Amino acid sequence: MNKPITTQELETTAQPAIELRKINKRFGPVHANKDIDLLVKKGSIHGIIGENGAGKSTLMSILYGFYTADEGDILVDGKKVAIPDSKTAISLGIGMVHQHFMLVDNFSVLENVVLGAEGGANLSVGLASARAELKRLEDEYELKVDPDALIEELPVGLQQRVEILKALFRGAEILILDEPTGVLTPAEADHLFKILEVLKNQGKTVLLITHKLREIMAITDTVSVMRRGEMVATRQTSETSMSELAELMVGRSVLLNVDKTPATPTNKVLEISNLNVTDSRGVRVVKDVSFNVRAGEIVGIAGVSGNGQSELLETIAGIRHADTGTLWIDGEEIDLAKNPLDPAQMRQRSLGHVPEDRHRMGLVTKFAEYENSILGYHNDPIYSRGLLLDIAKIKELASGEIEKYDIRPPNPLLKTANFSGGNQQKIVLAREIERDPTVLLVGQPTRGVDIGAIEFIHKRIVELRDAGKGILLVSVELDEIRSLADRILVMFDGKIVGERTADADEGELGLLMAGVEGETK
Amino acid sequence: MFETLILILDSTVRLSTPLLLACLAGLYSERSGVVDIGLEGKMLGAAFGAGAVGYITGSAWLGLLAGIGVACVLALIHGFASITNRGNQIVSGVAINFLAIGLTGLLGQTWFQQGGRTPALPDGGRFENINLPLAETLSGVPVIGQIYSELLSGHNIIVYMAFAAVPLTWWVLFRTRFGLRLRAVGENPAAVDTAGIDVIWLRYRAVLICGILCGLAGAYLSIAQSSGFIKEMTAGKGFIALAALIFAKWRPGNAMFACLLFGFLDAVAIRLQGQEIPGIGEVPVQFFQALPYILTVILLAGFIGKAIPPKASGIPYLKERT
Amino acid sequence: MSAGQLPRWVDYGLIPLLNLAAAFLVSGLVVVLIGENPLDAVKVLLWGSLGYGEGFGFTLFFATNFIFTGLAVAVAFHAGLFNIGGEGQAYLGGLGVAFACLALDQYVPWWVTLPFAILGSALMGAAWAFIPAWLQAKRGSHVVITTIMFNFIAASLMVYLLNNVMKKAGSMQSETRTFEEGGRLPFLNDIFPGFGFDYAPVNLSLFVAFLACILVWLLIWRTKLGFEIRSFGANPTAAVYAGINPVRIIIVTMLISGGLAGMMAINEIMGSQHRLLIDYVAGYGFVGIAVALMGRSHPVGIVLAAILFGMLYQGGAELSFEMPAITRDMIVVIQGLVILFAGALEYLFRPALIRLFSAGRSPAAQAA
Repeated sequence: MNKPITTQELETTAQPAIELRKINKRFGPVHANKDIDLLVKKGSIHGIIGENGAGKSTLMSILYGFYTADEGDILVDGKKVAIPDSKTAISLGIGMVHQHFMLVDNFSVLENVVLGAEGGANLSVGLASARAELKRLEDEYELKVDPDALIEELPVGLQQRVEILKALFRGAEILILDEPTGVLTPAEADHLFKILEVLKNQGKTVLLITHKLREIMAITDTVSVMRRGEMVATRQTSETSMSELAELMVGRSVLLNVDKTPATPTNKVLEISNLNVTDSRGVRVVKDVSFNVRAGEIVGIAGVSGNGQSELLETIAGIRHADTGTLWIDGEEIDLAKNPLDPAQMRQRSLGHVPEDRHRMGLVTKFAEYENSILGYHNDPIYSRGLLLDIAKIKELASGEIEKYDIRPPNPLLKTANFSGGNQQKIVLAREIERDPTVLLVGQPTRGVDIGAIEFIHKRIVELRDAGKGILLVSVELDEIRSLADRILVMFDGKIVGERTADADEGELGLLMAGVEGETK
Repeated sequence: MFETLILILDSTVRLSTPLLLACLAGLYSERSGVVDIGLEGKMLGAAFGAGAVGYITGSAWLGLLAGIGVACVLALIHGFASITNRGNQIVSGVAINFLAIGLTGLLGQTWFQQGGRTPALPDGGRFENINLPLAETLSGVPVIGQIYSELLSGHNIIVYMAFAAVPLTWWVLFRTRFGLRLRAVGENPAAVDTAGIDVIWLRYRAVLICGILCGLAGAYLSIAQSSGFIKEMTAGKGFIALAALIFAKWRPGNAMFACLLFGFLDAVAIRLQGQEIPGIGEVPVQFFQALPYILTVILLAGFIGKAIPPKASGIPYLKERT
Repeated sequence: MSAGQLPRWVDYGLIPLLNLAAAFLVSGLVVVLIGENPLDAVKVLLWGSLGYGEGFGFTLFFATNFIFTGLAVAVAFHAGLFNIGGEGQAYLGGLGVAFACLALDQYVPWWVTLPFAILGSALMGAAWAFIPAWLQAKRGSHVVITTIMFNFIAASLMVYLLNNVMKKAGSMQSETRTFEEGGRLPFLNDIFPGFGFDYAPVNLSLFVAFLACILVWLLIWRTKLGFEIRSFGANPTAAVYAGINPVRIIIVTMLISGGLAGMMAINEIMGSQHRLLIDYVAGYGFVGIAVALMGRSHPVGIVLAAILFGMLYQGGAELSFEMPAITRDMIVVIQGLVILFAGALEYLFRPALIRLFSAGRSPAAQAA
């Protein structure tokens, strides 16, 4: 309901930049936003925090006109508005920096900035005046970037700066940033925060979407917490704590206590020496990495996303090529540069791999569940009878896994896309663990997975460890690493910058992850 | 020898014209991210429309308009399938080609009863050749005069339009707001969408321009180069144009040279039919016919530079769900 | 459009039927446009294609071609590849058949020649698909474009060969000599005289086509290679994760696809024409696209779609005889419309159907 606002109130409280009332959005059966209320004060940095899939991005997309809400009101500067498309959002002074940048790679910075705001049909005129305006913005907000550089040649941090410039160029008063630090190095992230401070001081309103508590605490004035499509709380950042926010985010005390006994590691089952990997852009992403994993322990690799962990996992699994490096698995030496093995050959050496992104890599979502239960192991003779696959047997084995891993609904014929995230992850996990691998690589095992399944998945991983297997765990969730791993390696900028025990101080690990070497604080 | 060369070049210009128009048509479409293997069909439909209306009205201009109309309708079908319905663009192109072949044959027979042809055009139904000023006077001047009067002068209006379309296309693409957006939407439609630009409408406009240019190309065949429509008269020219587009790496200037090259090969093939080349012997005409395709395949293989299509081409745009 | 929002029978039954109905409805309008009665036309078409032995024989003869080219397109589809080069591959397949028949026909009976003809056609078809496949696998050049180019190159090559190399001595026609008995497959009319196929050229290749259907079904759904092909087609990244070699899958799939297209020549060249001649493929390679789309890339669907197109070809021929206003171009129009509605516009009716069906389902079922 519209509460009457008295003139006194108007004088004392600043008009909110944005007000949302009872916003609802459904995607088919998924209720992505449920009765969302939100007040964002003008000239503040307002954080919205929540787990993956909590509905933050959907809400911001509604605000930016990318989706329209099924129900609810949006008020900008106190006026009720409809935002049917991004054009309207822009005209209302709302700008957005998307998680995946909305830039044309083979355009120059200048061309990207003017796209959609060219100021007339003749491009030359528009480009010339935009160049001057860009210069002004650069100076005012300390956002240096070469207007003639091609986007594809810029590092990620600068690309993000172009996105911010794009919004400012369009006269944005309210800037939404969706998970802006996910792709940034800590130094770049720090720089971004400085920029946000400048923007705030110039009177802009900033909405920061993130799932990282540290960022919220570091930069925001106010924070709202989302959980499962609902807005569960709003706090002044100065009056709350990380632990309170964390609890609000997941709906209960957050340090997931995994029931496990101290590890009793034995012999080395996986050893990596002097590994260097270059990605498709020609950037070296893994630098001189050496470590080992012993039977009966979980080695966790902590680090901010994009510091080489993904490439490290994929190289060990045989998916990526290495420049240099040697790998020993169960004593067998493999030269990763000269005679690399492909993923199938690595599997034959009893290496299991739960990839970081199950949709992109771990599953063929179009397949029935039972077909995914043999993906990667389909050449195993137990699945064949003569020249043909033994479908009946594959289904039977899949049914066994479904029961053992409590995969729901328990139907091996169901298309994999129709399982929930947690159940899909269990399908992958069951497939990889049930082959009884000597070494298991696990990437982001609980990303986008509901709480119940998280617990289950953690338990299985610990069980595998207790069965005397070696596990290499990569996760960007420090809490997960801390609760699961027996030893923690921290990766930063492609290098392993430190090794700590499981009971290491969180602050110390954070510093390592941020690339700050040295003593505890 | 020089005169032979002028003759070959002259017919190169004539043979390149429909290729060039269709190639530029494809350029607009594919730069916007809509792959079009239906150039052939649109050309054929336009040729029929132009031939039929040119015959009935006796007006080349009305014929041209009809040709453009037909090509635009086919282009809109392709647009509806691939932009609005997010269908497979290759499949849609194949369908357009079939529809054009079938309908032109069927309607041609129904309306004119000449086995799918349209009757010979009456006076005024055909675009006549234009003699540039002073062409007669200068024809006596060696070399330059001959080039002017034989090669540059004496073509019909559509030839000049085709070659004028090259710098025009360049200008539109690289010097106008529309061009910037067009290039952007073929590379990253999401960037265009979030910049507040309507992706759908932008792509439809590109597809319509493609239709207009295909209309010109088709009309050229039936009411400028020939005097009437003949069944399946495009004979694969739409596909050569497609090859030229790839060969040109989706750039307008290159497109002109690619089309001139392919037109030249065609002209040479006609010229050399049954003749011996000293030292080589008789080169089969089929070799020249296949050469544009062979050259394009070699280019695609990466042996002559790299042909990188617009990044979003062929992919329907769908707002991503978070 | 995510799958799984509709029951299977809607996805695989109702939607194709609706698409087909739309295509035929528009075809009917075209018939009205040229001043004929569409219902009469349908009557003639059905009678001409199914009503009597010889007509049905022709239907089956055309269907045989379409089964081969349809399977060719379908196999490639499963790997996410669009082989639009069936036309050229089938053309080259004819060369393989001709080699076998010209070499053996005077010495051995047909059943000795047949395996060589099958092998020859498949090898030549596969060879013609190899370069596009290799370029896609190794160089990333799009197989759609290269196979189109190869169709034209094939046409030039075959015209050259038939005019300059393989032409029958002293003939004006661009064709080889006619094969002797040992290079001719038996007509079904000779094997089953009871059906009254009379002069219809339907021949033993029909059974070769059925056999190919069974083998393709086994390949795609019951072998490891098929599993790899489908994995790669549905999610190339997951396929690499699973240790599947993309280069191998692209090349092997395209070779199989090209081979199947090439085998169409057995029906046309060894089964009916008994000589290699110019332009004998006559667009059947492209019809394979329509057949594969309509048949949803499944052999059973392909057989049904092939028979439907066989009916159109045979009934259409009859139609142009009975109702001269409806020329054989009408078949091409229908073909185009089927490709349009069953292929490019396949999602046309989906949103409406999803609304219809999700309205009927309980919220509990939706949450699952």
